[in-house]
Amino acid sequence: MNRQAQAVVLFLVGGAMVHAGTTDLYLRYVKAGLQPLVVGAGVVLIVAALATVWYERKRSSTGSDREVEEGHEDGHDRDGHGHVHREPRVSWLLVLPLLALILVAPPALGSYSALRTGTALQKPLAYAPLPSGDPVRLSLVDYAGRAAYDHGRSLGGRRIAITGFVALDSKGTPYLVRMALNCCAADAQPVKVGLTGKIPPVLQPDSWLELTGTYTAKRTKDPVNKGLIPFFDITEAKPVPTPRDPYDESWNN
Amino acid sequence: MSITKAAPPGTDQRDTETPGTEAGAETKDGQQGWQFSSPLVLTMLLILVVTLQGPIRSAVSAPVMQSWMTVFVAVVVQALPFLVLGVLLSALLAVFVPPSFFARALPSRPALAVPVAGMAGAVLPGCECASVPVAGALVRRGVAPAAALAFLLSAPAINPIVLTATAIAFAGRPEMVVARFVASLLAACAMGWLWQRLGRADWLRPQSRPSDEGLGKGAAFWSSVRHDVMHAGGFLVVGAMAAATLKSVVPESWLSLAADNPVVSVLVLAVLAVLLSICSEADAFVAASLTQFSLTARLAFLVVGPMIDLKLFAMQTATFGRGFALRFAPATFVVAVTSAVLVGAVLL
Repeated sequence: MNRQAQAVVLFLVGGAMVHAGTTDLYLRYVKAGLQPLVVGAGVVLIVAALATVWYERKRSSTGSDREVEEGHEDGHDRDGHGHVHREPRVSWLLVLPLLALILVAPPALGSYSALRTGTALQKPLAYAPLPSGDPVRLSLVDYAGRAAYDHGRSLGGRRIAITGFVALDSKGTPYLVRMALNCCAADAQPVKVGLTGKIPPVLQPDSWLELTGTYTAKRTKDPVNKGLIPFFDITEAKPVPTPRDPYDESWNN
Repeated sequence: MSITKAAPPGTDQRDTETPGTEAGAETKDGQQGWQFSSPLVLTMLLILVVTLQGPIRSAVSAPVMQSWMTVFVAVVVQALPFLVLGVLLSALLAVFVPPSFFARALPSRPALAVPVAGMAGAVLPGCECASVPVAGALVRRGVAPAAALAFLLSAPAINPIVLTATAIAFAGRPEMVVARFVASLLAACAMGWLWQRLGRADWLRPQSRPSDEGLGKGAAFWSSVRHDVMHAGGFLVVGAMAAATLKSVVPESWLSLAADNPVVSVLVLAVLAVLLSICSEADAFVAASLTQFSLTARLAFLVVGPMIDLKLFAMQTATFGRGFALRFAPATFVVAVTSAVLVGAVLL
């Protein structure tokens, strides 16, 4: 890959990073706190691309033949000129994430990953007082922690609303899941809540639901890692759009 | 990756420049008077992909492909900012800091410089992607390789951000933070001293770089940035593909089979750390969730991961040459596991 092509790739990768960082696209892949770094890296890559073009023009206008020659892929580096340098072909691979990000923009991890991985629910350090409201809006992870490790004592029998996506395991057992994320989607882990009560008749995997209902003492073990899965007794279910940040990031704070 | 494999044995000292088979075709084209240049290839590739985007999208709509692509893009998007940070630091070191600075800052005896450089790793706030280019720049600036390697290994594991993340993930077990710090520093220094005794300068073959002679400081700076991003970035993509394959294809239930045997569990988590290639700022949370494993096994996961994984191996190949990476990576793995087991036995 010669310098012009490298400048183009740098520019496009930088542009894609800035695009992902300034829209909500980046939230599908990394934690919200990385936004300034994603945008900053994109800007640096764009500046590096522009600087490459700028110095390349300057070089050709001052007529330094050797350096201009270096920019061409004409096989000179094979006849032993030590000074002629070319980037390895592995650089071409940088085109792949660019295409994946711009053309496909894969969705946030969903039910497929959730069912392959064991629930990552951990014992909460403390149980904050419930916020006011009826129903009380809790994050799915918060509810699961209170239900599994506090036997619902801190829930006090109140009506609760939680949001997550639907996952159906091979036997058709429905779960409401939220992927919890620490840094990027590679370390995302599901927190699962089993469903009971008025389960909607048709459940589409990966569709997002807001469920209203109450705590139930029913619980089970995740077949993958023997983790605790608490249940939720549904009284009402309504479809909701995918939230702006599809992951639960409460572990980051 | 395929390029370096395609290169015949014995040419590895030039593997960063050895053209693959495609280059032969291009040369032939050139001889026929038709310049088949890389901008042209790039333009055609982009046009082709944009034209075929419908079929491509439907081809990757299966859940396993979607999940693969999400993890792949996530690893790249997450690591690229830290890579860029490391590349900028490395370019600053290479262009603006005179070699005499390091001669004064580090003890002249390499045996002493190793622990000093290892401790200095604590000040580079970032993950392993940033430390590879910085260590490469240190070697080129004349720092003793043993010290630069100790820095390379310790920086991603013992900086404050990573230790804080470990403390949060293992809340209520502060000994885990101490054990991680001690075991990582110990392994980094051991590798530095090992290199000093056994390492040979000709194994370490820093990539040939575009010559900076006759360039202004600005031109040299941006040339270094461009070169490092293209080079290490390409290898980062290789590592991201490997991690995505593991995460989306291999079932996690295989892991539980290994958790019962204490020896096997340490080895399994150490190998898992190599394969998963998770950023060192996040690996503590993954380790915390592997509750079926012993604390020592999880410590091995935390010590090995930042020192050697697929992504790092690929990037070390890019920065120091294949001959180096092939020897350094297995040695690092063994030393890191040993250190984790020893420290685990004492502290956990």
